[in-house]
Amino acid sequence: MVVRVLEVEDLTHAYGDAPPVLSSIDLEVKPGELVSIVGPSGCGKSTLLRCIAGLQAPTEGRVRLDGKPVERVPDNLAVVFQDYSRSLFPWMSVRDNVALPLRRRGMNRAQRHENALKALESVGLPDAAAKYPWQLSGGMQQRVSIARALAYGPEFLIMDEPFGSVDAQTREDLEDLLLRVRGNSGMTILLVTHDIDESVYVGDRVVVLSKGPARVRADLSVGLPTVRDQITTRELPEFVHLRAEVGRLVRGREAADEPKS
Amino acid sequence: MTNRAQVVRGAIGVAGVVAVAELVSRAGLADRTTLPPASTVLLRAAEFFGDTEFLTAVGSTLEAWVLGLLLATVVAVAVGVALSTTPWLNRATRVLVEFMRPIPSVALIPLAIVSFSSITESKVSLVFYSACWPILINTLYALRDVDPLAKETLRSFGFGKAAVLLRVSLPSAAPFVATGVRISAAVGLVVVVSFELVAGNGEGIGGYLSQTQSGGGRPDLMLAGAIWAGVLGALINVGLVALERRAFRWHTVRTEASA
Repeated sequence: MVVRVLEVEDLTHAYGDAPPVLSSIDLEVKPGELVSIVGPSGCGKSTLLRCIAGLQAPTEGRVRLDGKPVERVPDNLAVVFQDYSRSLFPWMSVRDNVALPLRRRGMNRAQRHENALKALESVGLPDAAAKYPWQLSGGMQQRVSIARALAYGPEFLIMDEPFGSVDAQTREDLEDLLLRVRGNSGMTILLVTHDIDESVYVGDRVVVLSKGPARVRADLSVGLPTVRDQITTRELPEFVHLRAEVGRLVRGREAADEPKS
Repeated sequence: MTNRAQVVRGAIGVAGVVAVAELVSRAGLADRTTLPPASTVLLRAAEFFGDTEFLTAVGSTLEAWVLGLLLATVVAVAVGVALSTTPWLNRATRVLVEFMRPIPSVALIPLAIVSFSSITESKVSLVFYSACWPILINTLYALRDVDPLAKETLRSFGFGKAAVLLRVSLPSAAPFVATGVRISAAVGLVVVVSFELVAGNGEGIGGYLSQTQSGGGRPDLMLAGAIWAGVLGALINVGLVALERRAFRWHTVRTEASA
């Protein structure tokens, strides 16, 4: 029997009487997998993540984590949001931001601080603990959000366009940080992005969604070596081929297949 | 403009007004007994530092003001939290709030006189009433405008409603609540001095001011007392602004950066 950590079955969601944004989504994620979800902007990717994370109840369908239905936010799950400047609390130091969720783990103050510092070190920010989030650059702030999720020690990590608000160089650094963290922790990761290259570069699988309402258009496995590199991985024929295929699927097959005049 | 230049310009402005007032009085443009020379008024104001009677009056005014303001802060924040977390309560009280809020507090002085036996009680109640509104309104709007993503972040780590209120909503509303307290502080001072003028029976700064008008009248003492009231108001405002900047540096830095 195949072990599945996450099962999404026939998930449909509509806001009020509006037409559905998600339609009959089926998705399975195995333990330790990193699945990229990519789709055109505004296709309902964030709604899907919110339903999976238990932040929102879907109109229809089921989400199960480790075989148990998700009715509220599961204890072994953490979310990293795109907008770090709103998701980090400006009135708290970086250390306190990272340590706050650890209250849910029943740790005392000293343990929370120790774990927060370890997590900050693991994302390359050993000296930022005493600073405030708004004193850091955007990329560093998103590292703090990642550290906060890591310190919490989840088995399942959900990332909603986590690198969408940083510059290209920082984005590559953060992608490599994610791969490194994932290699060390063995977490199962679901990452939503609208960046086609990114979905292939970080993913074991790429799930392509269609727009209005979102359905699973394709589910492609990424046959790239586990150890990836921003330069060499991106020139492999498999990478080039996959990114073209994902690109066609995202933009709509018909449009992309038309011969250019 | 630098801070220092601002202070210098401000001082020049004040000195200019004092000089004009002095000239008007000395040149006989105004009756000297009605408008004593500015130097005399300032001298009387300085002499108040050694005047126990006057200092007791100031203490009485400040006491009622501080008590009323503290009570209002506690009650208005608590009511604000209760209203914003209970939608039906919020809807049910909206009309009441909108009706009560615009009533000028000084219009309630007669009611305060008949409702309470002691002058201090009346003063505290009146300050409390008038100070409640700005704090309540600011609390309500600040809690309504808390960033939903900040709340969602805490929820995503499995925290419940109470934790979200305590750890996200209240801290992010705090700077706006503090602004409400500062507005209320100014309103409260006006209200307490007004009450004392009308019904203070000689108590407080207002009571002192009304006494200076009895008998032959002492415009110099009256004006000196008014200067004290003005300086007190200004000092309170400066003090509260400084406290806000210190306590909510994260807020000041962010709003200045986006401005």
